[in-house]
Amino acid sequence: MASWPILSVTIFLPIAGALFIALLRNDEAGARNARWVALWTTLITFAVSLQLVWNFDSGLSEFQFVEKHAWLGGFGTYHLGVDGISLPLVILTTAIMPICIGASWRSVRMMVREYMIAFLVLETLMVGTFCALDLVVFYLFFEGGLIPMFLIIGIWGGPRRVYATFKFFLYTLLGSVLMLLAIMAMYWESGTTDIATLLHHSFPREMQPWLWIAFFASFAVKLPMWPVHTWLPDAHVEAPTAGSVVLAAILLKLGGYGFLRFSLPMFPLASQDFTPFIFTLSVIAIVYTSLVAMVQDDMKKLIAYSSVAHMGFVTLGIFAATSQGVAGGVFQMVSHGVVSAALFLCVGVVYDRMHSREISTYGGLVNRMPVYAVVFLLFTLANVGLPGTSGFIGEFLSLLGTFRTNVVAATLATLGIILSACYALWLYRKIVFGRLEKPSLAVISDMGWREIVVFAPLIVLTLWLGFYPKPVLDVSAASVTALLDNYHHAVGAAQSAALVK
Amino acid sequence: MVQAIVFLPLLGAILAGLIALAGAHARNPSGDTVEHAHGHDGHGDHGHAHASHAHDDHGHDDHHAPAEPAAAGTAAAEFITTALLFVSAALSWITFVNVGFFKQDVLIHVLPWINSGDLQIAWSLRVDTLTAVMLVVVTTVSSLVHLYSVGYMDEDPHRPRFFAYLSLFTFAMLMLVTSDNLVQLFFGWEGVGLASYLLIGFWYQKPSANAAAIKAFVVNRVGDFGFALGIFAVFMMTSSIDLDTIFAAAPSLTGKTINFFGWHADALTLTCLLLFMGAMGKSAQFLLHTWLPDAMEGPTPVSALIHAATMVTAGVFMVARLSPLFELAPNAAAFVTLIGGTTAFFAATIGLVQNDIKRIVAYSTCSQLGYMFVAMGVGAYSVGMFHLFTHAFFKALLFLGSGSVIMAMHHEQDIRNMGGLKNKIPFTYWCMVIGTLALTGFPLTAGYFSKDAIIEAAFSGKNPFAIYAFAMTVIAAALTAFYSWRLIYKTFHGTPHDQHHYEAAHESPLVVLIPLGVLAIGSLAAGFAFKEFFAGHHVEAFFRESIKQGDILETMHSQTPFIVTWLPTVMLALGWGVAAYMYLLHPEIAPRLARQHQALYRFLLNKWYFDELYDLIFVRPALWLGRLLWKGGDGRVIDGFGPDGVTARVLDVTRSAMRLQSGYLYHYAFAMLIGAAAFITWFMFSGGAH
Repeated sequence: MASWPILSVTIFLPIAGALFIALLRNDEAGARNARWVALWTTLITFAVSLQLVWNFDSGLSEFQFVEKHAWLGGFGTYHLGVDGISLPLVILTTAIMPICIGASWRSVRMMVREYMIAFLVLETLMVGTFCALDLVVFYLFFEGGLIPMFLIIGIWGGPRRVYATFKFFLYTLLGSVLMLLAIMAMYWESGTTDIATLLHHSFPREMQPWLWIAFFASFAVKLPMWPVHTWLPDAHVEAPTAGSVVLAAILLKLGGYGFLRFSLPMFPLASQDFTPFIFTLSVIAIVYTSLVAMVQDDMKKLIAYSSVAHMGFVTLGIFAATSQGVAGGVFQMVSHGVVSAALFLCVGVVYDRMHSREISTYGGLVNRMPVYAVVFLLFTLANVGLPGTSGFIGEFLSLLGTFRTNVVAATLATLGIILSACYALWLYRKIVFGRLEKPSLAVISDMGWREIVVFAPLIVLTLWLGFYPKPVLDVSAASVTALLDNYHHAVGAAQSAALVK
Repeated sequence: MVQAIVFLPLLGAILAGLIALAGAHARNPSGDTVEHAHGHDGHGDHGHAHASHAHDDHGHDDHHAPAEPAAAGTAAAEFITTALLFVSAALSWITFVNVGFFKQDVLIHVLPWINSGDLQIAWSLRVDTLTAVMLVVVTTVSSLVHLYSVGYMDEDPHRPRFFAYLSLFTFAMLMLVTSDNLVQLFFGWEGVGLASYLLIGFWYQKPSANAAAIKAFVVNRVGDFGFALGIFAVFMMTSSIDLDTIFAAAPSLTGKTINFFGWHADALTLTCLLLFMGAMGKSAQFLLHTWLPDAMEGPTPVSALIHAATMVTAGVFMVARLSPLFELAPNAAAFVTLIGGTTAFFAATIGLVQNDIKRIVAYSTCSQLGYMFVAMGVGAYSVGMFHLFTHAFFKALLFLGSGSVIMAMHHEQDIRNMGGLKNKIPFTYWCMVIGTLALTGFPLTAGYFSKDAIIEAAFSGKNPFAIYAFAMTVIAAALTAFYSWRLIYKTFHGTPHDQHHYEAAHESPLVVLIPLGVLAIGSLAAGFAFKEFFAGHHVEAFFRESIKQGDILETMHSQTPFIVTWLPTVMLALGWGVAAYMYLLHPEIAPRLARQHQALYRFLLNKWYFDELYDLIFVRPALWLGRLLWKGGDGRVIDGFGPDGVTARVLDVTRSAMRLQSGYLYHYAFAMLIGAAAFITWFMFSGGAH
């Protein structure tokens, strides 16, 4: 294991870059430099985070690269570490960020320095959230992440950005407040805020449902689950392209991660009790939002609704509490991070050219943009969950895992594979196929080198993870097994206790 | 060697795909060029050239007008893909001999794929006799279709893309048939679905082609929904998706049940029904057949390869592959028989009145697939595979022959506008006649052996729908003869209906005729040469463990009455005779009959109104529901009572109660905090105090 504080470096490197950008002059040259600094910062951060992968021992279920320092006089400790569940998400974050910077290269022209600073701060907070092993540290990172996101949507967003930001804020605030209260209650009950300790602490039977609900409120909004999903389409529509990418690829994963880190291991009995409830919401999310996606006329809205549906597979798999289900949930988060990011970038490509997200603006793009057509097709198919793309592995595993515990929920959720084909192929046909008849599109140009470079890693990842998902599955396997062993042990113990009574 | 068979087509697909993409990219300016050369005014013209593609959209199998030059590297792409396919086909025949006759089964592990807990899935290649039969069918037809396409697609500017898709399809199909587990089977299954989608929509400028492509994919997805659930069920019961493990575990599963929506279903029956749903979609069986006729929007070589000879038979292959499961689930097998028999009859009735040459052949395919499923359902798996094998030859021949006719007629597909072509294109004519003889089961041709064996098997079958299927297949035999000869007479005999096209009709180039000739030989000889291995006395030695072998073949050989063995031939004579009478001798009868039986005629012409029905009960309600949930559910209910409602209420309250201040965010944040604080106080005093 590395002797230097590799997690802290990964977390705070972007902040260092942000500080550097803040020192730049506020003019055209400063803007250009800000882009380059941001790009290099995110690339170096990514390189550093890869050290985690090299040195990670996937045979262990414990936290690795642990850093622990006293802080806040004992109430909280500065405690970091990653396990097989958080590591893929950390890498996802550091990998997506350079892509976001690259995607904003030309499209953002206003307040470039501030924009780049916001993204770098966001990266710090996101990575921190996944690495935090103390409730206080976690809460700070988790909630702090909202601030740059508000700013990104609220400043660089579209015409209805204020409404979107506001809706986003309102939903997440509700969840945050409840979670904070739950954290305090947990501290009073157990006397610690250390996550690693709390994972082995058993909370009283009566307390678990309340804590579970409080955390659920926060995570369900983030994920988002039906019916608290309505902020997402608005936020996506108004956000700039890179904002949508971060939102879809990383921010939504906080919810799923939270369920895996807190709800399932810390409140197993409540999780068990609430499983039917989660299944119901997940199935509704999958079917309901897929149907809604079919009638959208805004590209981004359609993809946003499809995001909600795809995250439904995540909650389904996680709460199925079978090894395939949970592994599928983790994998689906990574896969969705890549695929939805790419889909929003695909929207960004044409938005940069035509400044419209209306589906009816387009049609017949394949005639002028063959490279774009191929790229968009690949990600459309990944969204549909075609075997050979990463999308298939996540959906298949989580559904397979769910079928073992709940046939009805899995069956209804599998309807999603029919519906996703309907909306995704319909969108593709409307945008790409057909004759190029609209005069405004007559001179639209194909993807340039910068755009191809931005897409290339996502293309590689989607296919690689589709044909050879072993790296991600292996990294998470030990942690998933340990999580489930503890969960089933706790549930089993409670059941036998109830029998004895 | 097996690796070469499977991966050479993939290599071809990738190379041709790169050529296609590079060519297309070179003809269209990228963002870079625009950025660097502002004001450069070539783009406008370019777009104009694209937009001005004038098509005559009569639903014809039309090509692009040669306004666009062929893509660079076209010849290279054609040569690479076709040559690799021929190599693959040659190796397949060698493998076929090795496996079938020298019993050298192959099992190769390529890579691990999905490992999670007790789920272990690997990429692997498994070749036993069943697979070997499919290998030769797929690679032979595919290589011939590649060759044929060099001539047929000659005017199309997007040939590299076309050949890339064809090779991609072949690769996916080969992955499907060489699979050693259900999930790789599913990979190939959806992979061929993708290739089918791309090829049906190959002429992407045609709205009808795009619609047909999506329809094909979505209807197949409905089948795949069942297939996926079937896989889940298998895994739930056996903790494995490897074929051998499943087959070993299957006997111990009899009598177990699964609670499926409150229905305590027999586990194996349910699983087989779910898996068969996938087969129904892929093989266009009754209820999930609607995509196949529309798929004829794709270029004709595609119809021959994918929608006749190979992909659509994947469902049949799947049932044969899983025969150890279906053997243990007699009720599911009975259902397979029912669907097969129904499809055989139903599709044949529609075929009677269609006028598009390709659609007639498409419905014929649908009907013949029904025959194969009848054989599968009654447990005569080798017989079903026999028909799959012979059908591949004569149906590919009929499609490619139709393509040759269409070329000769300058993309006319309506047989009402043809006639008298016999002397204009004699080679095509004789090939079509051979294909028709084989299809209708003329003695000693390929179809004679395989189709008659199916009818005998249905007669000998033990399950409750066997006799129904027997009746349906016998009737369908007469219908098949009728519509097939109707097609021949209306196309090649009589007087030309379109003098202009007739004058210009010409025989196709050699590169098109050679595949026709090869397939014609296969259509004549494949039945006689292989009948002992598929339906005779060498079945057990030939197929060995690759399929489950019951005693139906013995019953068939020993107990079939003489009359039953002759019945199909009698039906052929009947159907042929009526067709000859109506279309050769008294052409005025047909229109009169149509007029006299308006309702029936329209019912058949409109394909039993399935499209309309599905539109009414699935498509419209789904869209209506989507809109309702969006505007009503999300908009009015969730947002109305959620954020918008909260905002409005809070604003009301703050306006009335605190006029000094004006509802900023932190106000209701504060209000919420108070509420939450009240909640926690209550909690601390009640719940927290134990």
